[in-house]
Amino acid sequence: MAEPAITETRTALVNRPRRAPLPVKEFKGKADPDWCPGCGDFGVLNALKSAVAELGLRPHEVLTISGIGCSSNLPGYINTYGMHTLHGRALAVATGAQLGNHGLKVVVTGGDGDGFGIGGNHFVHAMRRNVDLTYIVMDNQIYGLTTGQVSPTSRKGMKTKSTPHGSVENPVNAIPLAIVCGATYVARGFSGQQKHLIELIKGAIEHKGFAFVDVFSPCVTYNKENTHEFFKQRTRKLEEMGHDPSNFHAAIEKGGLWGDEIPIGLFYRNDEAPALDEMEPVLAEGGSLSHRPLDVSADNARAVVAELM
Amino acid sequence: MAQRDFSVGIGGAAGQGVATPGTVLAKLFVRRGLHVNAYNAYQSIIRGGHTFLTIRTGEAPVRCMGDELDMLIPLNQDTMDRHVRRMRPGSAVLFDQGKLKPEGAAEGVQLCPLPLAQLATTPLHYNTAAVAAVLRLVGVECRPFEQMLAEQFKRKGDQVVAENVAVARAGYEYAGAHFRPYPFALPDTGKPLAVATGNECLAMGGVAAGVKFYCAYPMSPSTGVLMWMARHARQLGIMVRQVEDEIGVINMAIGAAHTGCRALCATSGGGFALMTEALGAAAMMEIPVVCINGQRAGPATGVPTKTEQGDLWQVLGAGQGDYPRLIAAPLSIADCFHTIPQMFNLADRFQCPGIVLADLLESEGFSSLDPAELDFNPPRDRGEVIGLDGQPVPSGEDYARYRETQSGVAPRAVPGTPGHAHVVATDEHDERGVLISDEFTDPHKRQAIMERRQRKMDGALALIDPPRLTGAEDAQVTLVGWGSTWGVIDEAVEKLGQEGIRANHLQVKWMVPLHVEAIQQALGKARKIVIVENNYSGQFARYLRSETGVVADAHIRKYDGEPFLPHHVVEGVRKVLAGKTKKYVPVHEIRV
Repeated sequence: MAEPAITETRTALVNRPRRAPLPVKEFKGKADPDWCPGCGDFGVLNALKSAVAELGLRPHEVLTISGIGCSSNLPGYINTYGMHTLHGRALAVATGAQLGNHGLKVVVTGGDGDGFGIGGNHFVHAMRRNVDLTYIVMDNQIYGLTTGQVSPTSRKGMKTKSTPHGSVENPVNAIPLAIVCGATYVARGFSGQQKHLIELIKGAIEHKGFAFVDVFSPCVTYNKENTHEFFKQRTRKLEEMGHDPSNFHAAIEKGGLWGDEIPIGLFYRNDEAPALDEMEPVLAEGGSLSHRPLDVSADNARAVVAELM
Repeated sequence: MAQRDFSVGIGGAAGQGVATPGTVLAKLFVRRGLHVNAYNAYQSIIRGGHTFLTIRTGEAPVRCMGDELDMLIPLNQDTMDRHVRRMRPGSAVLFDQGKLKPEGAAEGVQLCPLPLAQLATTPLHYNTAAVAAVLRLVGVECRPFEQMLAEQFKRKGDQVVAENVAVARAGYEYAGAHFRPYPFALPDTGKPLAVATGNECLAMGGVAAGVKFYCAYPMSPSTGVLMWMARHARQLGIMVRQVEDEIGVINMAIGAAHTGCRALCATSGGGFALMTEALGAAAMMEIPVVCINGQRAGPATGVPTKTEQGDLWQVLGAGQGDYPRLIAAPLSIADCFHTIPQMFNLADRFQCPGIVLADLLESEGFSSLDPAELDFNPPRDRGEVIGLDGQPVPSGEDYARYRETQSGVAPRAVPGTPGHAHVVATDEHDERGVLISDEFTDPHKRQAIMERRQRKMDGALALIDPPRLTGAEDAQVTLVGWGSTWGVIDEAVEKLGQEGIRANHLQVKWMVPLHVEAIQQALGKARKIVIVENNYSGQFARYLRSETGVVADAHIRKYDGEPFLPHHVVEGVRKVLAGKTKKYVPVHEIRV
């Protein structure tokens, strides 16, 4: 039996009973990843596939959108609808797609350069709009695909091919930035902590609004500093630190921690703020914009012309 | 003999309310079934400067604002001084006698000083008295104006309506008693017309196309499209978004378009420059999206409130690499309405970006329209698409988004359609959407994919009308223009004919794909080709030469920020035919 296309209203989707999980292999993409052996991105891909499978989503219900960079190749490796867009532009495209068909589950994936560097403007604005999507950043603190230049999250002092004497710039701290910009689900994971990451991503996908998951995803080739071992030794789960994710100020404070102890987990969650599509009267009824008839009613045509006469 | 037309110019500082009497007059004219064409010359200033609105009306279609004014209404001394010397005998100057001095008017120009302080109790009503006086002088009764005032001020109560109507009557009667009416009266054809700006036409064209998603970043002269869309969004069920920048705009539109919405955005040259990479992305992912570029005088921030046809090469070369794109330059304000659905049909059918190249002259000018011409349900062609419009969805077993086809087009499945999950990528990709750019780039495949994408334009060419020559057979001179200059060149051809110069005219709307053979044929017999365009370097002339081999004999170019007036073209043709120049560059006579 053919499954229905995703044209449902949001309420129908939200109220849909939880379905049985699908086998993860249903989400195996057409191509195999060409990331370097040992790349942290494998862990993120696996966690995402597990998350959508465990949530019982069907491949055609998910739209995975990326920009450009090593991690942005991800849509090719997962069996969902995918858009592999331009460098830095995934969130802008995703905003349009989410509003175009708000029945879709939109997942955006990319790297730190893509999201916080070239895409910084869209990052800020997509969050303040609270667009209903999940944004997973595979944060490796380096530019990998261009072979090892400094990134917006590279440590001050870090030596890279474009900062041979050490970077003199402060890195972006994406967690507090996301919280103050208006993201309503802000988490950090580590690709080396699969189960934890799967749960964070599941929570993000189920969250109504902008869900940001910053994931430490070590680059084994160009970042010899922020390695798998580096994060393994330092990351500590917020859940074990007694953090209350509904506390805005505590979340910002925890986001500022960096050093021997680096928190991962859910920093902030606000389930009260309506998502952009919920604020739009145009979407209040009539299903997704994409599937509405294009005809203009005679009344509307008359009214528009009447204004001109 | 040409029918009588009437032009009125209203000028003052920005913020003095030049637009309101202009809009009122235009509405009163079209309600009588008169045609209208209007252009507002203004500056990038909210208060001050010099704003000058020209409205021309007549029984026959009015193609441009024309050369001469029959009436000048200066709202300040500055406007008076700039324009009064240019008024011809037989024309009139209407002004506030308490404030302005009409120095330097030529003999035979009727001076019409209005004692506004006596006719109206508050300066708020001065323009009402002035409009009424105009109506009196052109033989139009006051009643429709009074009705309009009643409609306009209904919400403010009977008292306010009565005050306004009284001022209108006073102005009307004063003009009747003290001034000489024109020796003609503007008729009522009994067939009311509509009036709209080009921006409104572009927006309404989007409605007619079935646009469900509109986004933009404000930029003159395209902001009017955003404002119209925002005002009508809820009524018409259109999602309207103001985005952080134009890069976001075009990418957002692409996202919405991919889900199956018809998505439209508008900007000007600067914003368009930011969009260019994403237009290539739309072509690469094969997502139909339409972008309006309302050109203004560049480069850079340029002259934000002035017109130019300076972005042709920008849109031709927008973005890296070779990719199929559609480019059309509407020929008139009315054509702005029709071009949008046409562009969407082609963009959908050939799954590529469409660019509509308007300019400030069209975008912010306004024109009468036959309401019957405004078809809000024109033919719509969504092209080959799976998962929209309740069409049955195939199993999708062998679905390959970018299948090799003769037309170059393969069906696109919209996200959410079961069984057709696939990736669209800005990297080069094979039939199934799998990247070929990373691990093993296959030169043969890449070549075939490039050829398939580009092949789509052959199909598009067959669906667009070739440009046609109009005007005299056996013409001494053939004028060639593109886009918004259609009206002014058409009128210039007529004026040349009155002088005994046989001219004809070829106006090109579709830039890409270009009807190369039809143009070669049309111009093959031309004795002297003169290209008229609103830019410095002859962008269209260069394009025409590169695509068709046609080399013009002479050029008429204007790049002072103001549009051509018919006499600029006429004078240029005279000089060219007299062998005096191969490039005539007029400049606007008045500093506006």
